[in-house]
Amino acid sequence: MFDFLYEPWPWYVAGPIIGLTVPILLLLGGKMFGVSANLRHVCAACNFGNVEFFNYDWKTAGKWNLTFLVGSVLGGFLGGYIFENPEPIALSMSTISDLQALGIQDFGGLVPNDLFAWEMLGTGVGLTVLVLGGFLVGFGARYAGGCTSGHAISGLSDLQLASLIAVIGFFIGGLLMTYFIYPIILG
Amino acid sequence: MKLSEYIKYLLIGTAFGFVLVKSEVVSWFRIQEMFRFDSIHMYGIIGLAVIVGVISVQIIKRKNMKDVYGNPITIPPKDPKQVTRYIVGGSIFGLGWALLGACPGPMFALLGSGLTIMIIPILSAIAGTYAYGMLRDKLPH
Repeated sequence: MFDFLYEPWPWYVAGPIIGLTVPILLLLGGKMFGVSANLRHVCAACNFGNVEFFNYDWKTAGKWNLTFLVGSVLGGFLGGYIFENPEPIALSMSTISDLQALGIQDFGGLVPNDLFAWEMLGTGVGLTVLVLGGFLVGFGARYAGGCTSGHAISGLSDLQLASLIAVIGFFIGGLLMTYFIYPIILG
Repeated sequence: MKLSEYIKYLLIGTAFGFVLVKSEVVSWFRIQEMFRFDSIHMYGIIGLAVIVGVISVQIIKRKNMKDVYGNPITIPPKDPKQVTRYIVGGSIFGLGWALLGACPGPMFALLGSGLTIMIIPILSAIAGTYAYGMLRDKLPH
């Protein structure tokens, strides 16, 4: 009966559920959905350099959002650990051959375990992907005023032109990385 | 915030994290596949999420619906004139999204799934956010 909890969920099931996050948060709390604001709240909570951008009452602004974030870690634990998808991801063959050409060997989990490992922190590739990658995500999300959830889901749901421009930006950067920079990093 | 509110947001967040993992949105592989236009998977998810979002937000706005506390629902508009910040900031985010293969939500869901190494990109993302806060006045918006 609960077999679906152990199966990967197809895109046409997951998409609508993720979309429902927007009205649920609006109706149940008057809140606008966005994950990267939490990164700002953390900076505000430990604003050691007294940066003006982080001088606001993060508790009032961010408690609900940080609670949501703790929930998403818990959801990740349930979905990825307790009810882990059993099979390797059904990727397209052309992506697999592209990535194999770049030296990716392991296609068994959610991420390539030969890249996302603690030992990789001692290598240039590991530092680039894990440290620089995270830094660019945090810097860019705040510069753009939101991330995938804030702009691509919430902002587009409200038909905000600003969010459409930001999403175009996401793809400019993403395509540059995928086609021109990643081959150099992994090469 | 009351305890019941903590529980409410915790449960919504849990459902969110659960879907992200079950649908493989958190996967580095799926993001690589998306930027190679090799599958409908990520486009289907984001597209359907936006369609459901647009329909529900339009209903909420046209019916002037109130939230559970009886407050009118207002969505603060984003300033579409700040094109530079959306294009440049967005592109920087996109570089990171493709490089790390995860955006902020998935970083935390992956941590929960047992991938402890994700604490490093999370700390880096916080550092990146802090760096933006320090440089904000010097950056074009």
